[in-house]
Amino acid sequence: MVTGLLFYAFAAILIVAALGVISSRNPVHSALFLVLAFVQSAALWLLIEAEFLAITLVLVYVGAVMVLFLFVVMMLDINTEELRKGFTKYLPLGVVVALIVVLEIGHVIWFKSQGLRFLTAPQGQPADYSNTKELGAVLYTEHVYAFEIAAVILLLAIVAAITLTMRRRPGLKAQDIAKQVAVRREDRVRIVKVETSKES
Amino acid sequence: MIITTAHYLALAAVLFSLSVAGIFINRKNVILLLMCIELMLLAVNFNFIAFSRMLNDTLGQVFVFFILTVAAAEAAIGLAILVVLFRNTRSINVEELDRLKG
Repeated sequence: MVTGLLFYAFAAILIVAALGVISSRNPVHSALFLVLAFVQSAALWLLIEAEFLAITLVLVYVGAVMVLFLFVVMMLDINTEELRKGFTKYLPLGVVVALIVVLEIGHVIWFKSQGLRFLTAPQGQPADYSNTKELGAVLYTEHVYAFEIAAVILLLAIVAAITLTMRRRPGLKAQDIAKQVAVRREDRVRIVKVETSKES
Repeated sequence: MIITTAHYLALAAVLFSLSVAGIFINRKNVILLLMCIELMLLAVNFNFIAFSRMLNDTLGQVFVFFILTVAAAEAAIGLAILVVLFRNTRSINVEELDRLKG
């Protein structure tokens, strides 16, 4: 009973937040609505007993990805009015496509379900069950190659993001270590023989 | 009031179609397109988790873990490209990005 009420409350806020994301006038508001949507999804995942992923969603998405989004949105000076010109023009098309997608998904779920019983609640886990432990047990054994590839993908993302956004401004003073190391004595030191004045 | 797998699937379908509609109605703003893609990935993750719990198989949750990883990498690279783009063209309007004549 309580679970049902919580599900409907979180689901309603999630859908309102998604509507806010796609219809806000200001991109900053869209990003904040997206944060709300992620938090509600994390709560829903907690309800269905996927605790580890719920906490990962909050940490990774709300904590890192959305902060990055907000950073970029606020850093760029965007002319919002220009970007929203076609909003009402494309609205009917968007609604039609969304309805078609809903009908297609509904069709697949209800008529092609191949004997899966969707109208049963998933079995609850016992009180001493640890979702994190179970995920970790398969993640580091069966799926260890996929795990390592995921690590390489993250490294690639770091390298790509840094190389893309790094720029060299002209006139900026920076150290060139290789040049400093390769310097030789003759380049820097000049020996000058100074004539000493002679007492006469 | 029992919450079944079908509830979660319906919610994911609504979320996915909302983000598809978002891609259509915000087709000029690259940042909003990226946000709509994040929402779509979230809806897909909902399906994975619902089926994982329905079938009592942790593989679905392992998949969600990797989807989250790849989505985070995608967001970081996408935003980096966006910053470079804005620095070069002073605009993020999709309709002005026709320099490659594709």
